[in-house]
Amino acid sequence: MLPLAGPRAAAPPGARLALGAQGQAPVQRPLRIVSLIPATTEMLFAMGAGDRVVAVGSYDHFPPEVERLPRVGALLDPNVERILSIKPDLVVLYGTQTELQTELSRAGIPFFSYALGSLTDIAVTIRSLGARVGAPGADAVADRIEQQIADIRTRVSGRSRPSTLLVFGREPGSLRNIDASAGTGFLHDMLLAAGGADALADIRRQSVMMSTEMVLARAPEVIIEVRSAGDAAAAPSDLRAWDTLAAVPAVKARRVYLLVGDEFVIPGPRAVLATERLARTLHPDAFR
Amino acid sequence: MRNARAAARSQPVAVGRRLAVTLTAFTVLTLLVCLIAPLAGSTPVHLSRVFDRAIPFAENVDAQVFFIARLPRVVAAAIVGSGLALSGVVFQALLRNPLASPDTLGVSAGASLGAVIAITFHADVAFAGISAIPLAGFAGSVGALGIVYALASARRRGTPGTVLLLAGIAISALLAAVGRFVQYFADFTDTFRSVQWLMGSLDVGGYAPIVASLVPLAVALAGFATLPRVLDLLSIGPESAATRGVDTVRAERIALVSASLSTGAAVALGGPVLFVGIIVPHIVRLIVGPEHRLVLPASALFGASFLVVCDLVARTILAPVELPVGIITAVLGGPFFLWLLFRTVL
Repeated sequence: MLPLAGPRAAAPPGARLALGAQGQAPVQRPLRIVSLIPATTEMLFAMGAGDRVVAVGSYDHFPPEVERLPRVGALLDPNVERILSIKPDLVVLYGTQTELQTELSRAGIPFFSYALGSLTDIAVTIRSLGARVGAPGADAVADRIEQQIADIRTRVSGRSRPSTLLVFGREPGSLRNIDASAGTGFLHDMLLAAGGADALADIRRQSVMMSTEMVLARAPEVIIEVRSAGDAAAAPSDLRAWDTLAAVPAVKARRVYLLVGDEFVIPGPRAVLATERLARTLHPDAFR
Repeated sequence: MRNARAAARSQPVAVGRRLAVTLTAFTVLTLLVCLIAPLAGSTPVHLSRVFDRAIPFAENVDAQVFFIARLPRVVAAAIVGSGLALSGVVFQALLRNPLASPDTLGVSAGASLGAVIAITFHADVAFAGISAIPLAGFAGSVGALGIVYALASARRRGTPGTVLLLAGIAISALLAAVGRFVQYFADFTDTFRSVQWLMGSLDVGGYAPIVASLVPLAVALAGFATLPRVLDLLSIGPESAATRGVDTVRAERIALVSASLSTGAAVALGGPVLFVGIIVPHIVRLIVGPEHRLVLPASALFGASFLVVCDLVARTILAPVELPVGIITAVLGGPFFLWLLFRTVL
């Protein structure tokens, strides 16, 4: 059992997450946890608190056990009635869901506020969430993730970093409305850890809409398209759309790849898997 | 009203000369804009390298930027701008309402619904080099106008402007609601893609969609060519038009079909760029007067130049980030129209 002051003392000093915004002061180890966010659901199961998760968000699909749990909505449409009827003693939600926070406070239900951050924030969140729910395995999970990412960094160190364009969305069948990761965010961090250089590093936005002119001007050496597992529009044949930009070094050298998997869109424990897949794509010789 | 009557009676010779002068001026403007626009952009491009045959195309970045990224974009902007402006002119004349535009008759809402459905259900058809989403947009816009026209012509005595306008507004609202309903059940990625499509994008990156859009546009232009005199008379009133021997029902049908084809082609090519169809006809009328023999071709040309310039601004003002072109059309078009209006009134 954690003492009353436990969570704040256990969290690392640099934690950016709003531990202060937790509604009521935590009193005891929560036994009925509702998680609206795929990342935190995965974190809870990874740290051994999965048996105490009683409801999840609409987009949570991992681990497979969550499929039999009731769903209570997500970022845009949390179902407050359902959440209240489940009688949770902790709700893990987004920091921006202020209305839901107000309603939960009125009902006397504590909440844990989550904010999307960088790759390093994943371990930080696991530690603070672990402290909050009283899961002793959390620190070990966080340590393991940090260690595995450091291992990947070491494996690809010393190799030249190819200028990479990381695309996470576009209109299927054409090159319109290309969404790329630029400069910041956890996709960018994973790219750097995997031994790549961000072709859009100077732009410093989590996402930017690219025009064909920008792609030609930036001339990336590698283009990696990432898609979530449920994205039915993702097919390797669609990569042919890039052939119209034949002068781009990535297209010339045939280094245009498609990586499909939820680990690329959920900043949780499986980010290690995503980083490794990126590293294998960029530096296959480092993994033989 | 009075101007239209005066215009309908004016001397053929004077009008002929004004027509030639006006059209030449607008054509020169459009050509200049279309020649300069591909040269400007967020990436510096050297014209000498662009046309340097010695460098193989696959290595020539300047040539690729010019011919793949910029030139199709300028051509697409010209086509979309003229298509939307022409249909705006026709709707405003037909409905005798200065606020009429492709948007108020449900055409844009239909295109949006078609695109949203194609995005949400991951439609995977392609035709003549165009992918599913623009095709669905085209089908949606033509379908929407078909519904509006069928509803409005359920009355036997032709379709007075108000009935058409009201039917259009109702169908617009209904289609927009259905579109939002579909979006609500889509997952987050698809909703985001729909929102992006709705902001419009002229970055076609190739010539196949342009060539495909020229087919319905050509049919529309053929229809528009028969309309100038008829639109002048219809602007006065359908009774006056009928007494002068105009077959109002047939004229309306041609006008609506042509306008829906040109809007559908424009929206399929560049998405629903909302402001062009309502503003360009007004600006043109402030410059050349109300006669449709001048207004129709001048609107096509000015609409093309206007959208090319707006797209140029959209892709350079915050380089390397690009703004959706619809924001620029609204920001530029509105104040410009106000300035012209107050210049003539004061």
